[in-house]
Amino acid sequence: MLSPSTTKVEKPLILSLRGMTKHFGPVIAADAIDLDLQRGEVLALLGENGAGKTTLMNMLFGQYTPDAGSVHVFNEDGQETVLPSGQPQAAIDARIGMVHQHFTLAENLSVLDNILLGTEALLSARRNRKSARQKLSKLMHDSGLTAPLDTRVRDLTVGERQRVEILKALYRDARILVLDEPTAVLTPQEADMMFASIRAMVDDGLSVIFISHKLHEVLAFSDRIAVLRHGCKTGEMNTKDADTSSIIRMMVGADHEAPTRVHGIPKQPILNLANVNTKPSKGGQGLQDVNLTVHAGEIVGVAGVSGNGQSAFAGLISGLVQPTTGHVSVNDQVIQKLTPKVMLNAGVGRIPEDRHHDGIVSNMSVAENLVIERLDKPDVQQNGFLRKASIADNARNLTQNYDVRGPGINARSALLSGGNIQKLILARVLETNPDLILANQPTRGLDFKAASDVSLRLFEARDRGAGVILISEDLDEVLSLADRILVMHDGQLTETDSRDRTVIGLAMAGGEQQ
Amino acid sequence: MMQITPKENQSQWVSSGIPIIAAVLALLLAAIPLAFAGAPILEAYGHMIKGVFGSLFNFTEMLTRATPLIFTGLAAAIAFRAKLWNIGGEGQFYLGAMAAVWVGTGMIDGPPALMIPLVLFVGAFAGGLGMLGPAILKTRFGADEVVTSLLLNFIILIFVQMMLEGPLKDPMGLGWPQSEPIVDNAVLPQLITRMRLHAGFVLAIGTAIIAYIILAMTVWGFKIRAVGENAAAAKHAGIGVNRTYLAVAMASGALAGMAGVSEVAGLKGYLTADLSAGFGYTGIVVAMLAGLSPLGVILASLYVASVFVGADSMSRAIGVSSFIADLIVSMSLICVLLGGFFARFNLTFAKKQVDTK
Ligand SMILES: Nc1ncnc2c1ncn2[C@@H]1O[C@H](COP(=O)(O)OP(=O)(O)OP(=O)(O)O)[C@@H](O)[C@H]1O
Ligand SMILES: [Mg+2]
Repeated sequence: MLSPSTTKVEKPLILSLRGMTKHFGPVIAADAIDLDLQRGEVLALLGENGAGKTTLMNMLFGQYTPDAGSVHVFNEDGQETVLPSGQPQAAIDARIGMVHQHFTLAENLSVLDNILLGTEALLSARRNRKSARQKLSKLMHDSGLTAPLDTRVRDLTVGERQRVEILKALYRDARILVLDEPTAVLTPQEADMMFASIRAMVDDGLSVIFISHKLHEVLAFSDRIAVLRHGCKTGEMNTKDADTSSIIRMMVGADHEAPTRVHGIPKQPILNLANVNTKPSKGGQGLQDVNLTVHAGEIVGVAGVSGNGQSAFAGLISGLVQPTTGHVSVNDQVIQKLTPKVMLNAGVGRIPEDRHHDGIVSNMSVAENLVIERLDKPDVQQNGFLRKASIADNARNLTQNYDVRGPGINARSALLSGGNIQKLILARVLETNPDLILANQPTRGLDFKAASDVSLRLFEARDRGAGVILISEDLDEVLSLADRILVMHDGQLTETDSRDRTVIGLAMAGGEQQ
Repeated sequence: MMQITPKENQSQWVSSGIPIIAAVLALLLAAIPLAFAGAPILEAYGHMIKGVFGSLFNFTEMLTRATPLIFTGLAAAIAFRAKLWNIGGEGQFYLGAMAAVWVGTGMIDGPPALMIPLVLFVGAFAGGLGMLGPAILKTRFGADEVVTSLLLNFIILIFVQMMLEGPLKDPMGLGWPQSEPIVDNAVLPQLITRMRLHAGFVLAIGTAIIAYIILAMTVWGFKIRAVGENAAAAKHAGIGVNRTYLAVAMASGALAGMAGVSEVAGLKGYLTADLSAGFGYTGIVVAMLAGLSPLGVILASLYVASVFVGADSMSRAIGVSSFIADLIVSMSLICVLLGGFFARFNLTFAKKQVDTK
């Protein structure tokens, strides 16, 4: 793939953030941060979950008004302009484009409508769509990012949605592009393609800031790295001088080793699927004659390109999808009717893939979200009344033990940073010591430290006798965690004995097995 | 260019202050149509205030008027919290009243301690069934409850008229389409002699407090809020989403049904097809004004009732149409909705050019 440019010359400045500060109540999300961006450069912004990355970018884009600080942009002649704070339109006019951490597309509108939204005057009927299409097809051609313009967004895959978000920013003539965790939901292949396109545009003069927790892609695609920690900038370096351990040291102020796997000792079977078929689910394939046994004390990794049946499989274990034929049994009990409640009561803990949609009720508090799966338990309720004090105690314990950081246990969970929402869900699932854990993309959006905490916790759960199913698109994650690897392709699940990336990769693509 | 951006911090104070500001603003804005109607504005306001606070009788009339609105307001608020759109409060009101009349006009008789709870229960149950139908259609077939519950209003009203011409018709009623009077033992007692205010008011306040406790402090309330805020996550977490919809439908319909019982057994004494002055629909406005909070429903009902009663007495005194009341209530709703919008979003008028150094 393309390597970062290695020019030594200082390129001209295009953007400069000075003294950016933002408080949310007692939380200092950004504390006098200075950050410069040069023309034609890719800057990676790193930091732990809740370090303030999104907050800083939202201030840059005018969505948050900073308590202090200013945004300076420079045009080709080096002329400096100060953006008025708190005005996204000013940022757009200054040709800054932003792709948010969570999708902001309107599901019911076509791709074209979404891209044009806000660029057209309200009343100019049926407008100049032709020239818009021309501009877009040139843009898609030049950037290599393509999307079906007349399809409704709700029918797109996540990869396509991400491309639409970027096209939307580029359509507004962005010369500075901000990408907040653009690859969190992409498959490695999609991520590679996206970065290749972006690199091509950078060579044409685009400047990019991207946020990521995936250190390998930061090392592969950025020119420079800036690190935030607890709202402060703690360091900056050129990517060519950086390696994983130096970045980690800058991020957490100490060395950090990813946990290494020792093989689990499988015991009695926990989950058994016998000839299970399901209907297609969420645009992905249904399961076809799946047979699987998961034992206590092992981690079973399911690798595969998404859309091949993972969502039907996860839905089945979560109790949301019914088998059309075949049996599911947990702890030797055949489950007649699968519901989330039945699965929970059978001792299955579920970490859903789409945390905003299925994982949390974002307008309810952190404390409430931590007990939502256990409403009938005596420490949560008594005679139908919520035991507020005990619920709060529970929340204080869990947020501490699982390091869920944010504005407090009574704050709406929507206010947590992306990674902290994931930790909240983990805390809720793991604290009940389930017999079987379904971990569907459990480290998505987590910083490496939180991600290795997840690994540790999954190992711990396994060693105390839980069966773990790990579904991940990240082959490295599967290889580093799983005791046994299965490949999902075309709705079928096949075990592989190989730990060779190419062999598994081939199986994922549906090629010969072994 | 005008632009709209969400506010990052929404203060609790602002959001709870909005309805109050909106209500006052709407009252002040009423000066405009009053001026157009050529009424002396200050005098008109004077009559309005006197119409509500001028005497104990006026004040209790206002409370009497607020009573059914508290019930129907609660009916809408609790359903809307679960995002179950019950627009059928009007129909459920009549179902409740009709059921109360059915058992309360001589079918059974007993001491008040038996009869009053009985008519309330039967009325509430009938109202609940009135919303259960649309909720079943929603959970089974995905039918939109806005449409089904709304249409049911008209069907029920016609059914009431039919019953009042047939089985429920009072043989002593001189041919008027009205029911027999409720037996004395089933009538809700008056609270103050020679005033029309009845025990239904106390019941309504108590019900609002119970609704508040349920929503804020019980597991069931937790489930209602979770289903309303994110049904997918609630389902994933093992909450019976459909069961919650059905239970909320039953409760919401029951509350609207109690409004009907309270009117028929507390105020009018017998059922006619014009028993409700649109209470079912006004309940929706009340719930919105209250921000779907049960205690807020009490305040919003008092406000709306005051506007109606005040405007009535003003129109009698200076001969302006009492439609002004509808106008004020509608304007308050618009002000609240707009106010809620401004509390959640920043509106900025950005100048195109930015300052250059
Ligand atoms: N609107 C808000 N109100 C209150 N607190 C907030 C708000 N937005 C962010 N925060 C808090 O500010 C801190 C920084 O959040 P931010 O979203 O910037 O983190 P981040 O670095 O993007 O993390 P992640 O990698 O998890 O996305 C967090 O503690 C978060 O809970
Ligand atoms: Mg973030």
